[in-house]
Amino acid sequence: MNFEVIREYLPLYQEAAVLTVKLGVLGIIFALLIGLACALVQYYKVPVIRRIVAAYIEISRNTPLMIQLFFIYYGLPKIGIRTSPEVCGVAGLAFLGGSYMAEAFRSGLNSVEAIQTESAFSLGMNRVQAFFYVILPQAAATSMPPVVANVIFLLKETSIFSAVSLMDLMFTAKDLMGIYHDTTECLFLLVVFYLIILLPVSILGSLLERRLRYAGFGA
Amino acid sequence: MPDLGLNIIFKGKNFARLLGGLGVALRISLIAVAISIPLGLILGILMTRKNPILKAILRLYLDFIRIMPQMVLLFLVFFGTTRSFGWNLSGENAAIIVFSLWGTAEMGDLVRGALIAIPRHQYESAQSLGLSPAQTQIYIIIPQTVRRLLPLSINLITRMIKTTSLVLMIGVVEVIKVAQQIIEANRMKTPNGAFGVYLFVFILYFLACWPISMAARYLEKKWR
Amino acid sequence: MGKEDIEDIKEEGQQDGGQAMLSVEHLVKRFGTETILDDISFRVNPGEVLVIVGPSGCGKSTLLRCINALEDVQGGKILLNGLPVAEGGRKSPSVGTKIGMVFQSYDLFPHLNVIDNITLAPCKVLKKKRFLVEAEARELLKRVGLEGKEKSYPRELSGGQKQRVAIVRAMCMHPEILLLDEITAALDPEMVREVLEVVLDLARQGMTMLIVTHEMSFARAIATKVMMISDGHVVEEGTPEEFFTAPKTARARQFLNTFTYESVR
Repeated sequence: MNFEVIREYLPLYQEAAVLTVKLGVLGIIFALLIGLACALVQYYKVPVIRRIVAAYIEISRNTPLMIQLFFIYYGLPKIGIRTSPEVCGVAGLAFLGGSYMAEAFRSGLNSVEAIQTESAFSLGMNRVQAFFYVILPQAAATSMPPVVANVIFLLKETSIFSAVSLMDLMFTAKDLMGIYHDTTECLFLLVVFYLIILLPVSILGSLLERRLRYAGFGA
Repeated sequence: MPDLGLNIIFKGKNFARLLGGLGVALRISLIAVAISIPLGLILGILMTRKNPILKAILRLYLDFIRIMPQMVLLFLVFFGTTRSFGWNLSGENAAIIVFSLWGTAEMGDLVRGALIAIPRHQYESAQSLGLSPAQTQIYIIIPQTVRRLLPLSINLITRMIKTTSLVLMIGVVEVIKVAQQIIEANRMKTPNGAFGVYLFVFILYFLACWPISMAARYLEKKWR
Repeated sequence: MGKEDIEDIKEEGQQDGGQAMLSVEHLVKRFGTETILDDISFRVNPGEVLVIVGPSGCGKSTLLRCINALEDVQGGKILLNGLPVAEGGRKSPSVGTKIGMVFQSYDLFPHLNVIDNITLAPCKVLKKKRFLVEAEARELLKRVGLEGKEKSYPRELSGGQKQRVAIVRAMCMHPEILLLDEITAALDPEMVREVLEVVLDLARQGMTMLIVTHEMSFARAIATKVMMISDGHVVEEGTPEEFFTAPKTARARQFLNTFTYESVR
């Protein structure tokens, strides 16, 4: 391996990594918001809207991000919706991640037993109070591991952004390999940078899961 | 109403070509799944063994494969092997290798999870009924494991199909690539073809994955 | 005179005999096509302890849930101090926190410790000052033998301790009537007593209660009135002495026999 080459490429990768993380985090934030909204719609069985949400979740979960991005980036401009690669990446990630987050939140909400709500009602709480004081704190705890797993999944999916010519890590690696043929160094840097981004989240995830499993709630 | 390219899908051999492209994606995923499931079973069982060295090695493999984006793995195998070993892998073969490695890791983790999820007292009560270890496995443990595993392994197929969309990036001509070619060829007559053609591919992917997801969910509900 | 006329007169007579706190009139509850409760009527006066017994699945628990407006009803009326307990499928505001309920199990909030479990509703629903509620909660916890458990989480408590906390939690809302739904059914035998002692103590203080239980000797000790339900109907109603020593109906005799054992020797 040629360390001169690595030193030379490092700033390019750094720039690409920052972009990857920035767009990834932005997309994940939107995914969390969409997911929470969808999960609430399903939990409280809001008529009509829940059908739309169910359809969205099926469509989003059963198609790859690649075609979602292609459709947003190359297809939608033909009917007048034009996006920059950055906006397209964030929108695609939010569209994909929203359904995964919805499932994570929904499993958390469903894990709270009905008797908890009934106890809250029996103590005179109304729906809103029961949700914020009793259901949400418990659901949030059980949702944590799948939410973190989804965050990792979505950060990994950002590697597909390069398909819509975003200058992310993948794009940078492929570009440099194409021009200079320093394949080994380029791939090495690619792996290292993804490890730097993903390893902390992954470790956090397994710590969280362990804590919940051993100190967990339940009777 | 501008021409959004829905008609070029059905022009000439385009429809058949798109289906053929999807066929390539499906072929890669099915071969990879067929390799992953048996290897994953072995991996999963090995991971429940007590040997610490074996465990550490398998853990490392599993964690590396699962933490790396599949696209990075594809690049490593496709570009990396050419460089290091002088192999000249076709994109499709590289894809099958990568997705099998990935699928094995995912499947191995599912198997391990299903095995450790079986409560201890299942083994104990089987033993106290006088069943031999082999009988315990055959009548008690394996049926329960399969029930937990089957829906998850079916889900792995849909994940695999979705992941095959990545092979576009290493030059395999699959459905999105075919779509690109069709749009390109009709650029003059149907400048807005990208909308219709990509929408069609979007629907194709959905039609390929959705029934499989539904089957997995049905089994999960039935066996809960 | 038809049978229904006689019933009407009987009811009016009861009404004259004092204001009932809780009155259930011709209650009908169905799940789909299955009728769970069919034409149930009874009254509970202030200070009374009504024990409801009956075989599993007879609708006892459903009855309590209906009274607490956790289930919608298909017919009849449930009135607390003369006002309906439910409006439009939810607990009516006039009832508010006047009905307290303790369930079979698992109803403590697992993410809150004992003291927070107890103070949550008084602080958030009744808008009381936390230190006042906390002082009261500590007093009651001491009374039920749980001094020093304030900071424990539900998972660290035994089943019996959890149920005692649940009772204290309900009492801190100062309900006018307390519904206890098989609160010892999920407990080990040695824990049953510590929970029932607490309930007996409440009865001594004059708490109005509606109790569903399978503990027959407890029922006999605490009840001012016993009601047996079977297949959704009231089979028999009477004082505990009448019911346990000289049940009038064959169904009640058969039911009470299930709690005794023939000697093998």
